[in-house]
Amino acid sequence: MTKVNNKNKTVFHHKQISKTLTGIAGLDEITGGGLPTNRPTLICGEAGSGKTLFSLEFIVRGAIEFNEPGVFMAFEEKTEELALNVASLGFDLKKLQSEKKIKVDYVQVDRSEIEETGEYDLDGLFIRLGYAIDSIGAKRVVLDTIESLFAGLSNLGILRAELRRLFQWLKDKGVTAIITGERGDGPSLTRQGLEEYVSDCVILLDHRVINQISTRRLRVIKYRGSVHGTNEYPFMIDEDGISVLPVTSLSLQKEVSSARLSSGIPSLDKMLGGKGFFIGSSILVSGTAGTGKTSIAASFANETCNQNKRCLYFAFEESPKQIIRNMKSIDMELQQHVDKGLLQFRASRPTLHGLEEHLVVIHKLVKRFKPQVVILDPITNLITVGSVSEVKSMLVRLIDFLMEEQITVMFTALTLNTVVSEQTDEGVSSLVDAWLFVRDIEFNGERNRGMYIMKSRGMKHSNQVREFIITDKGIDLVDVYLGPGGVLTGSAREAQKLHEKTGVVLRDNALSMKDREIDRKRRVLESKIASLQTEFESAEEELNKIYIEEELIKKVSESNIREMTRLRRGEREADGNKGRKK
Amino acid sequence: MKQVEKKYELRLYVAGKTAKSVTALANLQKYCEEYLKGQYRIEVIDLLVQPQLAEGDQIFAIPTLVRKVPEPIRKIIGDLSNEEKVLVGLNIRPVNMQTI
Repeated sequence: MTKVNNKNKTVFHHKQISKTLTGIAGLDEITGGGLPTNRPTLICGEAGSGKTLFSLEFIVRGAIEFNEPGVFMAFEEKTEELALNVASLGFDLKKLQSEKKIKVDYVQVDRSEIEETGEYDLDGLFIRLGYAIDSIGAKRVVLDTIESLFAGLSNLGILRAELRRLFQWLKDKGVTAIITGERGDGPSLTRQGLEEYVSDCVILLDHRVINQISTRRLRVIKYRGSVHGTNEYPFMIDEDGISVLPVTSLSLQKEVSSARLSSGIPSLDKMLGGKGFFIGSSILVSGTAGTGKTSIAASFANETCNQNKRCLYFAFEESPKQIIRNMKSIDMELQQHVDKGLLQFRASRPTLHGLEEHLVVIHKLVKRFKPQVVILDPITNLITVGSVSEVKSMLVRLIDFLMEEQITVMFTALTLNTVVSEQTDEGVSSLVDAWLFVRDIEFNGERNRGMYIMKSRGMKHSNQVREFIITDKGIDLVDVYLGPGGVLTGSAREAQKLHEKTGVVLRDNALSMKDREIDRKRRVLESKIASLQTEFESAEEELNKIYIEEELIKKVSESNIREMTRLRRGEREADGNKGRKK
Repeated sequence: MKQVEKKYELRLYVAGKTAKSVTALANLQKYCEEYLKGQYRIEVIDLLVQPQLAEGDQIFAIPTLVRKVPEPIRKIIGDLSNEEKVLVGLNIRPVNMQTI
């Protein structure tokens, strides 16, 4: 029953000891399912590190979310104080108590009114606890903090023996317990060495101030019979209680999508294989000051909202109003998306809180708003609140988290020098899937923007440097001219264009002249051909004439000969005829 | 023990008839008879029978002797084997007025 309701649970492949979900955001992920069931867990930490709240949240969440009633035995704070303290987190202890889901028992150990004589035991405590557990059928127990007994009682021998018995008794009772303990001096985790008795699971809470910014951290020191994250995990206490952030997810097994999302700049999409970014990928836009990083980010946001998807915009430099006004000048109406609830801005100075808190805030907003796209503009400023490695580790976790949620994220980063640095200052370039680089191209007395794609994992992308222009109509990318003198941008590019246009006109003119020449030539030749033809005809006629004459002569002479022959024969025949007739 | 207007109202919390509980009760009765004859009342509460009463008097150790009256409430835990401490604890014989 406790194993449901946890989609982020790390899957282990071996049989594990049974665990009880705490319901504390993130903790169940680190411990692979919560605290050991029916065993005591020690939570230690300095004063103010959040032990009481931690254990109380365990009880309250158990009662509300997992239907497991719990007993909270307080040695330090009275029931009313406790209820007041956690009311700010939205926990209504009074109501829960009246519903018999929770029982808070305040044990007052006041040395001034207690005298000890002779042998005694802590059966009274056992009975009270047992009674409380049985009265509501509790599955969870918190003792906060049992060390108060050490302050109230002087017979340490009895106390230690009784504590050992108490923890065994808790195990036998079948309750999952949390025992809190104040951090002691020296190497021991708690002042009274409670870790000696509670050996199944030990969690250390810590509260550190570095550079005037405080960070709470949590570490699972020991967890018998289970795999657990061993890192220090930052956690935060806010109006929703405790949130622990796993530094990195334990595995790199994320779902990937091959669907694409347009960048909002058609020509940029074209450079990215014609479709844009992968959904769920991370994009870094880096460049020097004033190169239009925010404009790129805003146009991505705009496009996302145009497609009826939600976008969450974290602005660390400008206020939302400022961004909206500025983007209006390049024909982007972000206000309408804000009104429709598709676009949400979250502007805060990086120094508002520590990096971890930033991360938690991002986590929370993302979980609540469920955007498809998250924009961080710019991440460079975060460096003011943490060291490079801290910022990097935070961004790694952020990217991990967003990838898991299939959210596309765009970071903008400022590179501090004009030299094209192959690394961003935050060192995230190796983590991101796509990296757009915007740079100044200073040439011919003017400064223009050039953009190229440094990398884009898993897709065909253009290797061109494009000129990146921001106009009243929005952002566009134009081909830069690669003239003989190098890359041409801005007015030089325009000049080159004009120059080429002139060339075209001239060439056209030249072409038409050539055409006419050819035409004329052809006509000349054609006329020549015609005269030759007539010449040939006359020659032919001449030849024909001779031939006909000869033929005629031949014919005539032949007929003459025949005539002559006939004539001659005729005479003879006439003689013969005459003689025969006679 | 139905006397009214007793100067001392004492309550002894025990958990079953353990050796410590028996010793404590015996010791208590002995001291009371000796020093508070006629002006005390002892109520024995067995927490195994009435566990819900433990919370009211803030009981965590067994046996515990609670002096309800006179105010302020005082508690003595243990088997009451040290007479001196019990008397001081119950304020029967203040430290500065010790005679022995």
